[in-house]
Amino acid sequence: MSSPSERTVEVAGGPCRIWEKGDGPLLGVLPGLGGAPRWSPFFEELSQSRRVVVPSLPGFPGAGDQHRDIDGHLMWVSATLDLLEAAGLAGADLAAASVAGMLAADVAALAPGMVRRLVLTGSFGLYDNDDPTANVFATTTEEAVELQTARPDRYAEAFAPPDDEEESAEFQILQYRAAEAAARIFWPFGERGLAARLHRVRSPVLLLWGAEDRIVQTRYIDRFAAGLAGPVETCVVPGAGHQAWIDEPEACASAVVTFLAD
Amino acid sequence: MKIGNFNLMSYRHLPDDFSEKYESVYIELPSELLDPVQMNIDYNASLDELEFAESVGFDMLGVNEHHSNGYGMMPSPNLMAAALSRRTSEASLLVLGNSLALYNPPQRVAEEFAMLDCISGGRLIAGFPVGTPMDTCYAYSTNPSELRDRYYEAADLVRQAWTRPEPFSFHGRFNQERYVNITPRPVQDPHPPVWVPAGGSVETWRFCAENDYVYCYMTYFGYLSGEQIIRGFWDEMKAQGREPNPYQTGIVQYVGVAETREEALELYAEPAHYFFNNCLHTHPRWAQPPGYVTEATARKKIQSQVQEAARRAQLKTNALDELRGQTFEDMVEQGFVLIGSPDEVADKLREIAISQNVGNLLLMAQFGNMSSELARYNMELLGKRVKPQIEGIFANEWEHRWWPKKLASPAQPAELVR
Repeated sequence: MSSPSERTVEVAGGPCRIWEKGDGPLLGVLPGLGGAPRWSPFFEELSQSRRVVVPSLPGFPGAGDQHRDIDGHLMWVSATLDLLEAAGLAGADLAAASVAGMLAADVAALAPGMVRRLVLTGSFGLYDNDDPTANVFATTTEEAVELQTARPDRYAEAFAPPDDEEESAEFQILQYRAAEAAARIFWPFGERGLAARLHRVRSPVLLLWGAEDRIVQTRYIDRFAAGLAGPVETCVVPGAGHQAWIDEPEACASAVVTFLAD
Repeated sequence: MKIGNFNLMSYRHLPDDFSEKYESVYIELPSELLDPVQMNIDYNASLDELEFAESVGFDMLGVNEHHSNGYGMMPSPNLMAAALSRRTSEASLLVLGNSLALYNPPQRVAEEFAMLDCISGGRLIAGFPVGTPMDTCYAYSTNPSELRDRYYEAADLVRQAWTRPEPFSFHGRFNQERYVNITPRPVQDPHPPVWVPAGGSVETWRFCAENDYVYCYMTYFGYLSGEQIIRGFWDEMKAQGREPNPYQTGIVQYVGVAETREEALELYAEPAHYFFNNCLHTHPRWAQPPGYVTEATARKKIQSQVQEAARRAQLKTNALDELRGQTFEDMVEQGFVLIGSPDEVADKLREIAISQNVGNLLLMAQFGNMSSELARYNMELLGKRVKPQIEGIFANEWEHRWWPKKLASPAQPAELVR
């Protein structure tokens, strides 16, 4: 697995890393909880047939701590638009997971033409009091991992700190920062009124979910599908949890590539 | 030296097997464990105890704010202070305090504190806590990543609301208030002294130093755990070129006094066990909202008090025997609870005050499930036999610039006419 190219853009007053690899039609990828501390098998798989661009949202690994200056949902959506444009992703396909899915859905709803086709995986954005999503931030560290993944071995590979003590400390600080950024985006429910805007998403959408998502349970697929006005496809990946891209990278990448090729 | 009687007012009637049977005293405490009729008795008993503390000589009476828990039963400390303001007349009222970020709009804090200051004739000490993660981020759902900035902004708004003579508009990041012009204004000029209860974050050292507020270290775990934190505050003060006036710090200490150390060991073991085992039994899931501990503090590897308590709770879950083995002597040894005869306790408090340069002692003389009778015994010994030995410390060397300026002839409650 060779390394992606890397560049940095300025968004919301701070740096955001842009990874890029592969040839073919453009595909933007916005990772979810924990961001992307390292290039992953999922990105690699996609890069076999697509030009994959992975921007870091403010506060997530590869970006600075400018998330602390982003107040409220409108600023987050605006920063996400800035980031996608700076990454050269205006009008491209976009896949977004979890907390980033919530922002990507709003981008697609509010900026027509910004997203050609949209893949949402374990996306936040909707919340039903009678059927709540799990609170990953009301857990012990161990419980948080259990909630996020159905494949702890692959999760550990993606998020294990480096061996070097100093690098390890810094890695953990950056993961803490990523958790804070996610909390800043969606505390306490992961819901900022998307239900009232979802009908504005006209792009075709793939709802790609881990069958064992214990945070935004698969029941939420129907809720998203019911709210979307454009064409919707669904794909539930067996053996994958909330971090479906990490748990089952090949199956997820295959579903994404198939959907985008339509 | 100023000496306060601080009462968390824990719920005193949790079942004996609480910490084994239930996961957390915070957030998920079953309501059937709390008896409102019992609270009628307990609120009145606690107010009686605080009033008694004034009668035996304490300089201040402390109350504070906690939500959704059995550890501190005062979601509104202002209500307690209002009651105290009518039946006490000398002691300062230490409301430590109102968690500023939880009030919308924050003028509510400015108004209620101003009312308390007026009713009490200028006896209010206004506490500005950030609040625990459980209180702020879980019980009140405040975004942990915004909490501190909301707090700073609210503190600024409250201070402006107290001091600006004309109506003004406040256009902040989180608060947009078109017309701020609170009524009443506080009696104390320019405003009541501000004390900040703190859990050891580097930001709070800086905030207190920069704003000339009192830094109060709210430790459950005694003077030994406070040494490093208080030193951090003094280091920050020095770095800012400010004088080390001991009256700019306070520290909480659990205390049990009796005629002899042996008697104290016997008397205070049960309430101490009750407090440390039940009242601090917070599940770690309620202690770590991301962003609550700032990155700077995380880097300094300072573990917050709450995490320490939660860690202990978790330890207990995982290794019941280990903590069951913790005796009251162990707690005393570690400094969680300071016990002894009046002379012994006075000596130790003097040593703490001088070695840490702390001018305000907030003594927890009532803790856990302690009976009112025992609490009064403890308070009386503290007030009459310990306090006279230590109250002179610092008095001639430093001015207490953060002590309430009480009115010379404040109004008093009229006799009841029935």
